Amino acid sequence: MARWLSLALALFLALALAQRYGVGLPLSEEQVAAYATLPIVRPSGAGLPPGEGDAAAGFEIYAFDCAGCHGPNGEGAPFDRLVADAPFGPDLPSFRFAIGNYWPYATTLWDYINRAMPFTAPHSLEADEVYALVAYLLAENGIIDAEAVVNQDNLADITMPARPLFRLDPFTRQLYPWIELP
Amino acid sequence: MNRRRFLQSLTAALAAGGLRIARAEGGFRPFPPAPALGRPLQPIGERAPSEAGVVRYISNNLPSRHTGAAFAPIGELDGIVTPNGLHFERDHAGVPAIDPEAYRLVIHGQVERPLMFTLADLMRLPSENHVYFIECAGNGQNGYREPPEPTLTATRSRGLVSGAEWTGVPLRILLEEAGLKPGGRWILAEGADAAAWVRSIPIDKGLRDVLVAYKQNGEALRPEQGYPVRLVVPGWEGSIQVKWLRRILVADEPAMSRGETSEYTDVRADGRIDFFTWVMEPQSIITRPSGGQVLAPGYHEIRGLAWSGFGRVDRVEVSTDDGATWRRARLTGPVLPYALTRFVLDWSWDGRETVLMSRVVDERGQTQPTRSEFFERWGRNNRYHYNAIQAWRVGADGRVQNGDPALAGAPAPPLRAGGCGGEVFDG
Repeated sequence: MARWLSLALALFLALALAQRYGVGLPLSEEQVAAYATLPIVRPSGAGLPPGEGDAAAGFEIYAFDCAGCHGPNGEGAPFDRLVADAPFGPDLPSFRFAIGNYWPYATTLWDYINRAMPFTAPHSLEADEVYALVAYLLAENGIIDAEAVVNQDNLADITMPARPLFRLDPFTRQLYPWIELP
Repeated sequence: MNRRRFLQSLTAALAAGGLRIARAEGGFRPFPPAPALGRPLQPIGERAPSEAGVVRYISNNLPSRHTGAAFAPIGELDGIVTPNGLHFERDHAGVPAIDPEAYRLVIHGQVERPLMFTLADLMRLPSENHVYFIECAGNGQNGYREPPEPTLTATRSRGLVSGAEWTGVPLRILLEEAGLKPGGRWILAEGADAAAWVRSIPIDKGLRDVLVAYKQNGEALRPEQGYPVRLVVPGWEGSIQVKWLRRILVADEPAMSRGETSEYTDVRADGRIDFFTWVMEPQSIITRPSGGQVLAPGYHEIRGLAWSGFGRVDRVEVSTDDGATWRRARLTGPVLPYALTRFVLDWSWDGRETVLMSRVVDERGQTQPTRSEFFERWGRNNRYHYNAIQAWRVGADGRVQNGDPALAGAPAPPLRAGGCGGEVFDG
């Protein structure tokens, strides 16, 4: 372990001291923030902006912006089912995979809606609207109470039913033994 | 046209198509040189008009053509490099139109110096050229159909793979320019498409052999391959090779984005689900003869492609008797790591029904499972990483069809999701 750590340290030192080509424009933190407009939200909650929403507000948005592709009740036609109608199992066909039975992290929901939805008008939702949609979809899947408010501080703490089904691919585990799944 | 004449012409058309790989048609026929000047010089070449039918396959059942996949027509191609216009395509929100002057790549997060690169910046830096395959994790998804689909072609079986010579700057150089901080263990790469596709790559891989590519077979990337810049991650599933690359966030944890949780995760036969199934397993497919083609008795060179995300192809074995015996095929052309590799085998068809199969063994000694072996490990409702041996049945009439054996037990429900397999199996 000590040897591995010293190797890692040597690697990072070598990289830090490596010759620079002097190519690329150094950015200030303000410039980075102006460029990275869509946060990459991680399971720890890193990247989540301030904001909040509940299922009632989410339903208003869902009915208008989402139901056309995902069904009035999230049953998924013509695009993906969102509301699970059965627990996950080896015999469950893939078109019935949904948030409640297959999605392992609640933060993914926020990240994906914010960066990619609605399909034909992405990046058009305000942070509060994304929180509201997440609250609606989690409530419809029976994961949170219908009255619950989802916000920057509590989203990462929501436990998803599917998370225990997942593990790291065993071969990837051999290649990268340091990987810890969130 | 009456019905009988219609059927006769249809039969003739089918036979003519099939005879492309059968014996020369007709008898003596003159073929003189052109009697007049041909077409003059032109600034960019085009395919012969009679080749217009060699195109990517797109399922008619997709709910949208802004997400889904177009298959490279591998059943009609030869070689380890795919023509740029026929390289398979998988988009999640359409192909963005990007002005190369406006293009920027930003590296930030756990780095000493956040940096912004223009396309010209990337092209100034030291470059590398590599011939690599890129394969969608959903390649082979038709293999999950049960019972097997008789009209399957090589293109629809394994056409979500392509090969190209990629030119670019090693990601390592860009990371070194920015200066990695010790906490940075993950590269979170973001595309500039409407879905702003995000995937997570361990820093070890990013420092080893990931390429920030701007050329494809010598010319600028095609728009559907990420113009002007994409990641090329040798041996790993295509969806992690982020196209239209605009941003790299070096972070201490993975994103667990949609593309690595609800999609591109793999269901095992026991119901467990695997994250980060990155490496593409050994694959091979016979492209001639293959589904939809028609043979005449006599000599045929069996041809196909093999590849492995673990490195080089070591050998390919071919059976022409339904798996009873296997012969070693000859590898033609260069055998490169993480590249398509071409194999051929002499064969004379005696006109009797038989089944052809191929299996690759890669440099790590790994090979392809049979269909039933595959489903001992992987769930019937899994969507990705299907690499079981593809069998082609040659009928006594010379017609080639899917020869995969049906599995024991009840048929699995048809797949209905569009997914990266690019087909909708609505039964």
